[in-house]
Amino acid sequence: MSGHTPAPPGASGREVVPADRAGALPERFENPGLPAHRLRMGDVDPKAARRAERQVATLFGLSAIGTLITIVVYFTVKFDTPMSFVEHLSRLRISTTGIGLGLTLALFGIGAGAVHWAKTLMPDEERVEDRHLLRGSDADRDDAVTILKEGASESGLGRRPLIRNSLIGALALVPLPAVALLRDTGPMPGNSLSTTFWKSGMRLLTDPQLQPIRPADMRVGSVAHIVPEGLDKAPDYLEEKAKAAVLLLRLDPGDLDPKSQPGAYEGIVAYSKICTHMGCPVALYEQQTHQLLCPCHQSTFDVTQDCKVIFGPAKRALPQLAITVDADGYLVAKHGFTEAVGPSFWERG
Amino acid sequence: MTALAARRRHPLAGVVLVLLGLVVTGVLYALLAPGRASAADGQADDVAKGRALFVANCASCHGIDAAGRNNAPSLVGVGAASVDFQVGTGRMPLEATGPQAPQSQVRFTPEQISQLAAYVASLGPGPGVPSPEEVDPANGGDASRGAAIFRTNCAMCHNFAGKGGALTRGKYAPNLDGTTPTHIFEAMLTGPQSMPVFDDQTITPQDKRDIIAYLKTTEEQPTPGGFSLGFIGPVNEGLVAWVVGLAALIGCAVWLGAKSS
Repeated sequence: MSGHTPAPPGASGREVVPADRAGALPERFENPGLPAHRLRMGDVDPKAARRAERQVATLFGLSAIGTLITIVVYFTVKFDTPMSFVEHLSRLRISTTGIGLGLTLALFGIGAGAVHWAKTLMPDEERVEDRHLLRGSDADRDDAVTILKEGASESGLGRRPLIRNSLIGALALVPLPAVALLRDTGPMPGNSLSTTFWKSGMRLLTDPQLQPIRPADMRVGSVAHIVPEGLDKAPDYLEEKAKAAVLLLRLDPGDLDPKSQPGAYEGIVAYSKICTHMGCPVALYEQQTHQLLCPCHQSTFDVTQDCKVIFGPAKRALPQLAITVDADGYLVAKHGFTEAVGPSFWERG
Repeated sequence: MTALAARRRHPLAGVVLVLLGLVVTGVLYALLAPGRASAADGQADDVAKGRALFVANCASCHGIDAAGRNNAPSLVGVGAASVDFQVGTGRMPLEATGPQAPQSQVRFTPEQISQLAAYVASLGPGPGVPSPEEVDPANGGDASRGAAIFRTNCAMCHNFAGKGGALTRGKYAPNLDGTTPTHIFEAMLTGPQSMPVFDDQTITPQDKRDIIAYLKTTEEQPTPGGFSLGFIGPVNEGLVAWVVGLAALIGCAVWLGAKSS
């Protein structure tokens, strides 16, 4: 092995600390060199080498079995006969699991076999190869400087100020289209963050059945998930729903905060379902404690205190939607939300 | 009478007495047990029996008049459906105080539960126990429509596959697997514990059947994508990926770097 570096001079290769300097650090550590080469079991024992050989072959064999499993599962689990949806799903599960396990075995077997082969049987002596010098020769460096200088003089930048100045002007102007294009990346939100779909007299409909509600339909302790009438026809339905979703609750009127009484109807109150923290739907209502919990960050609102925040990261109470009944006796919005719903935004103030 | 008195020490007297007792009990049972056959009498009898059961098992918390005390709510007007749910799922009688009453072993026979329910229903009008046809998802239940209703109204607490989830301060929405259609229907109708009421007008009986059909379909459905990991979603998947997947990768890396013996 010509490339094999012998252990460096100094026997063990370790710095020998003189007795009088024991405990102090040496001025300079000497290169300890490579640790002594240790022979593996396969290097000294032919039996061990044959065992390793068998192990590698077994891993490659497992890979072959994995490949076969993949092919067999792919062709034997059939979907071409008519079957129920549930039967289809259970076959799909067998097929997916079988193909997945087969391919895992096929690929992992090859990889693990190759690594085991390299580690146990292939030569493992350490070699040291010095890196070549990074610095170029003086002649090459002179050539490079000459080329740069020649290029600069040939371009004539120093001699032709017209070209130079017009180039500077062109480069200065080139970013301007970016400003124009970025300005038009989208319409500014305008007041759409402050307004919702709710208008005065709009009926409260159940979500997703879209049925109007009479006060008598709600017993004390009941909730209904509400969208405004006509929302399903809105062109940007999802954006509107994300702002207009409302939770309707009926409590004992005596439990309600006086502040929420003007917008309530016989103990029925409507509050925005959009969390004032990050805009998740706050809909986990605990009937006995009258608390609304947001599933995202555990902000908790107390319905008996006008949906004040009593726990969690939200900073503002849930806005209330004032409700009343129309001539037909159905619950309607008295007017739209009087404040912006959902999380804070820059212009909200 | 004297003849009877004279024979009261006869060796067979005991046997005769036992037989007599059995016959009388049997006749009484035959007359009283099929309470629904004779409507008015049976119901009155159920109420009386239910009251006896109530006084013996429930009154210590809910009060002898069922008007509630301290932490135990009044049962006036909660209806038969509420009793059938709470007692029929073993939540009541309460085993121990805690954030909420857990589902537990059912302590009463179906007959006793219906007697208790009849008594509580007699205290004030409230939702009754739904009929088997009313809760049967096969009775026109649309799983797809039920899924849409469930996602809006139920999934935030019970998880999109009905596997339950946490609420505040140790309370939780239970896993709905294995819950009978009647109990699911009654829970929506009565709003037990932390759960709010979902009235028949806002979530109609048809909507409720759709929801039950969805839950039963989900319960039976195999998971084609691999392990469901409890249907809890990204939290569980992340946990498995980080703990199992990363551990396997680190194990491979250590093996690659280790020298062979």
